[in-house]
Amino acid sequence: MSKKVQAIYLWWHKSVIDQELLQSLPNLKVIANSGVGMDHLDLKLVASFGVKVANAPCDVSGSTADTEVALLLASARRLVEGYHVAISSGMEYCEADFLGVEVTGATLRINGMGSIGYKIALRAKAFEMNILYHNRTWRKEQEEQAVGATYCKKIDSLLQKADFVMVVVSLTPLTDELIGKREMELMKPAATLINISGGTIQNCPATALQTGVIRAAALEVTYPEPLPRLPSLLITLLKLENIIITPHLSIKTGKATYMITEEAAENILAALNGLPIPSEVLPS
Amino acid sequence: MWYHKPVINEDMLQSLPNLKIVASSGVGIDHLDLNLLSSYGVKASNTPFVVSTDTADLGMALMLASSRRLVEGYQMAVSCDTEYFPADWLGTEVSGATLGIVGMGTIGYKVAERAKGFEMKILYHNRNRRNKEEESAVGAIYCKKIDDLLQQSDFVLLSVNLTPETHKLIGKRELELMKPTATLINISRGLVVDQDALVEALQNKVIKAAALDVTYPEPLPRDHPLLKLKNVIITPHIGSATKKTRRLMMENMTESIQAGLTGLPVPNEVL
Repeated sequence: MSKKVQAIYLWWHKSVIDQELLQSLPNLKVIANSGVGMDHLDLKLVASFGVKVANAPCDVSGSTADTEVALLLASARRLVEGYHVAISSGMEYCEADFLGVEVTGATLRINGMGSIGYKIALRAKAFEMNILYHNRTWRKEQEEQAVGATYCKKIDSLLQKADFVMVVVSLTPLTDELIGKREMELMKPAATLINISGGTIQNCPATALQTGVIRAAALEVTYPEPLPRLPSLLITLLKLENIIITPHLSIKTGKATYMITEEAAENILAALNGLPIPSEVLPS
Repeated sequence: MWYHKPVINEDMLQSLPNLKIVASSGVGIDHLDLNLLSSYGVKASNTPFVVSTDTADLGMALMLASSRRLVEGYQMAVSCDTEYFPADWLGTEVSGATLGIVGMGTIGYKVAERAKGFEMKILYHNRNRRNKEEESAVGAIYCKKIDDLLQQSDFVLLSVNLTPETHKLIGKRELELMKPTATLINISRGLVVDQDALVEALQNKVIKAAALDVTYPEPLPRDHPLLKLKNVIITPHIGSATKKTRRLMMENMTESIQAGLTGLPVPNEVL
């Protein structure tokens, strides 16, 4: 069976591609990844076996941007908490006490202004949000003006002014733990952190949330996924009321899943037919 | 008056001979008998515009949360029983979908402005058609008949006042006109929807899901079927529940009260 395997379609991080697996599949030609992130793959290791790698950078940026705005709104308005209050079997809640924070007119800081970050900015503009962004490079002036975004060269600057901080970068050694204890302490106590990039960017969000260093957080992905069911984690992170954790919803729509799979299939067929692979990824 | 309390009836009015004004929080005044108040020479006021953006924001929040199954996703992420996230557990797209807004007043229009940022196709039904500039600013298409809106929309959002005309506006017939893949979002009043018909429609998959900030009554009895349906998100009437807006509402109400007590024209008076 293992001699017959020529291609792997990697649906998120499963299966784990390690030395053992690669050795057991001598005729493997290509690994097609779902989605664009490649941080879970050892590209050098895979290349050393003569296996090609492709990702699926197809335009699911709209779908991802929608999820992130959904998280921002849900966190700001305490939607998940509100749901639990509305359906709870007790009748203890007092409506007048249940308050969230405003989204319209608030300041959103986006770390990472690629195609996803830009689509988020377009949506945030419709909520009349004030948009600040940080990116490896500036966006063109027309693009900035179209969403009313202001560039911040230093990551630190204006962390203090933002009501919402959204992290949208691809995970690389440079960005690993981009938002750590220090950055969270720079944020306003009333601010919300939204993370939709690789999960290791979070560093001790539990402490910051428990002690009110920041108001709330919404985490789209966590590393590893799902969070291990360890007693200490269960007690802290998972029980906090001011955190929303979602299981990588950003591409979980019928349409997005179809597009990603279609692209992966194209990559696999190209590799098997010895043709140039449309979205090949080479080790850097 | 917050959250429709205290209830203003004949007994209450008779017991308060010097009552001059009732300042009600929020924009809805369906809980006030204006004729009764007037017969006692008592003025009434509301807080119409200050709640609009927060309520529109919440309407968008409910639509997004429902379509992407955010609440279910959260429960899956934090559950002790979760070992992996199933590949076939999927939500639906908001971007590019069709939103039908029933009631294009201040709140409805703000929803349309926000939905435009998601490249949604926007249909609307209203007592009166908006002017061309307003329509083209948000790309909204007028549906004279509500049926046309219901049949074409992926999301139907209700932002009407509660009046005798809008009471049970959405009943069995309207729900059956909606697509089986459609979601109903209600940020107006619980009584705009025939709630029993809604329960049946959700149970029988006549429509896909509902997201409700308002119900009748509020809160629902704890054994109500709506509380148990997986495809329903309910929030406890938090349309205007942000610190800033509540403060502004209080300021508005205070102004109205002060004017009412000194015999000056009452801002936001409701006649």
